[in-house]
Amino acid sequence: MATWIPDPSFYPSPRMAMQAPPERLAYVAMLNTDTISRPDALGVVDVDPGSSGYGRIISRLDMPNAGDELHHFGWNACSSALCPYAPHPHVERRYLIVPGLRSSRIHIVDTKADPAHPKIVKVIEPEQLAARANYSRPHTLHCGPEGIYVSALGNGGGNGGGPGGVFLIDHETFDVLGQWEIDRGPQFLSYDVWWHLGQDTMITSEWGTPDMIEDGLNPELLLGAKYGRRVHFWDLHRRRHRQTIDLGPEYQLALELRPAHDPTKAHGFMNAVVNLKDLSSSIWLWHRDGGQWAMRKVIDIPAEPADPDQLPPILKGFKAVPPLVTDIDLSLDDRWLYVSCWGTGEMQRYDVSDPFRPKLTGSVRLGGIVGRSRHPSAEGDLNGGPQMVEVSRDGKRVYFTNSLYRSWDEQFYPEGIKSWMVKLDASPEGGLSIDERFFLRFDDGFRGHQIRLEGGDASSDSYCYP
Amino acid sequence: MSDAWQWLALIGLGAFHGVNPAMGWLFAVAFGLQEGRRGAVVKALPPIALGHALSVLVVVISFTMVQLVTAPDLLKPATVAVLIGFGGYRLVRGHRHRVRVGMRTGFAGLTLWSFLMASAHGAGLMILPLLLGMLAPAQLMALSLCGPGAEMTGTIAALGSAAAGLAVVLVHMAAMLVVIAIVGLVVFETVGLGILRRGWVNFDLVWAGALIGTGIGLLFLR
Repeated sequence: MATWIPDPSFYPSPRMAMQAPPERLAYVAMLNTDTISRPDALGVVDVDPGSSGYGRIISRLDMPNAGDELHHFGWNACSSALCPYAPHPHVERRYLIVPGLRSSRIHIVDTKADPAHPKIVKVIEPEQLAARANYSRPHTLHCGPEGIYVSALGNGGGNGGGPGGVFLIDHETFDVLGQWEIDRGPQFLSYDVWWHLGQDTMITSEWGTPDMIEDGLNPELLLGAKYGRRVHFWDLHRRRHRQTIDLGPEYQLALELRPAHDPTKAHGFMNAVVNLKDLSSSIWLWHRDGGQWAMRKVIDIPAEPADPDQLPPILKGFKAVPPLVTDIDLSLDDRWLYVSCWGTGEMQRYDVSDPFRPKLTGSVRLGGIVGRSRHPSAEGDLNGGPQMVEVSRDGKRVYFTNSLYRSWDEQFYPEGIKSWMVKLDASPEGGLSIDERFFLRFDDGFRGHQIRLEGGDASSDSYCYP
Repeated sequence: MSDAWQWLALIGLGAFHGVNPAMGWLFAVAFGLQEGRRGAVVKALPPIALGHALSVLVVVISFTMVQLVTAPDLLKPATVAVLIGFGGYRLVRGHRHRVRVGMRTGFAGLTLWSFLMASAHGAGLMILPLLLGMLAPAQLMALSLCGPGAEMTGTIAALGSAAAGLAVVLVHMAAMLVVIAIVGLVVFETVGLGILRRGWVNFDLVWAGALIGTGIGLLFLR
């Protein structure tokens, strides 16, 4: 239903969105390690510090089938609805679009009637997705000028191959509108998708096709540098491939894209998970250079030496624990970059006021392959490590969970990840501290993955005005 | 309706179209903010007004051609049907259109964008009732000015319509341009975009209502 004035959670600019009221609820994708008989779920977490249930799960919405592997998800509409050239400001931010990365089934969840107890209102079956868009394995999604843009890792042919790409879903009817690309150029692998609305530019990154990732990280493919290492720049409105930047063969797994939120800035950050020479992770900056896009490495995070006895089989030969930076997040003021080191168990905070020269200003250790760092409110060692990270719109609160992707979890934490979600407080000066009141333990075989905050967060919206 | 009232109504519709953020002033403000200068707002206004006027012109030309070959008593019911039909379509279909123009566009892109936006919203259609009241008298006036001459009447009537139609387009465009300039500059300079959060009422609903209401009103008009 159309509203009379814009949805109150839409803000013209990131600056204004930072004034939004603090979130009281968080939604968390929960995958189940029993993929045969127990469905995944969407969890609702109480994040209101004034509430007696603070830091606990309020409700759990089970999916209709088992084995979806819920992963990333997002809103049907957001602040981009206020964009001047394609306005649709009277749509509500109401539905969560929740794809199953393994099943290719997409769930439409209505949060309006009772935000703490959302309901499934529609399910898009994999056959429909394949028939309408010829894609499978839906991954990242963003609300944008033409509806909901979703990246997909695989083709719709059912063979686990590529190309992966982007498709569109209507933000009101939730019909799959079809493949987004008109000319994909050399792009074949797919992972993340986002854009610079001020530059009419879409950006996509690369992981691998379903058959390269679903059985776990394949060491042969990795050492052969076959996983994604390229970034693609597209004309957002003509839907054509414009430019490819190759990080170089030693960089593997070019994943999360975090463009500056301010549409007058034309830069952003991306993480490359592993460097084959020394197992380090790196953060790359893309920026305008003349009439083209350019990229350069701005952060190197080294592997830490480790006793092989403490390492899982896949790492024993290296005698080191890689940082495995698998997620990053940029605050709405484009000043702070949060970096999840899933291998070493560290959450880092960088000041990126000068994007070419990031400064490390804060760090918290939790979990880790070797470190197993503890939380003040939890008994015993923690495993898994900081992974999917989300920052509140005002930039003061940082939430994250500790699982990556089921089959990859088992390779790096073979004893089985015990999943948790925590919250950190981010001080205005750059520090980072653990909120001792917030330690959420997932049980019943559930593992927490992406977090979305009520009303929007630092990776849910895009803006057309500075 | 008297002649003066019709021109006033035309100006009023131009102002109404101009106030709608989706018709262009917001786009102009976005360019101003993107480049950080008022000149960018001002520079975006002419192509926006031009594209809008071209869309209205298409309706005026189509109407004139239909009018020349249609029996006068069919014209009104046809207009009513078009207005109510398009208003209903707007209500049901809303804003689903392929995006073709973004923040890096220039004069031609902005003109095209404004043309498409005005056409999709039925900006020209809203003027149909006024055309109904203004073009036929203009034909008569042209005929009376030229005196009798049977073989010339078709051409003269068409010329009369064309002159009046052009005047309609220009007056509407001028009113729209003045309003987008005032609103755009005031929002850019002083008010700020926070106004959008509460002030951007659902013009789509208002437009659909206006189209349908005009259609119904026309039914009862003499």
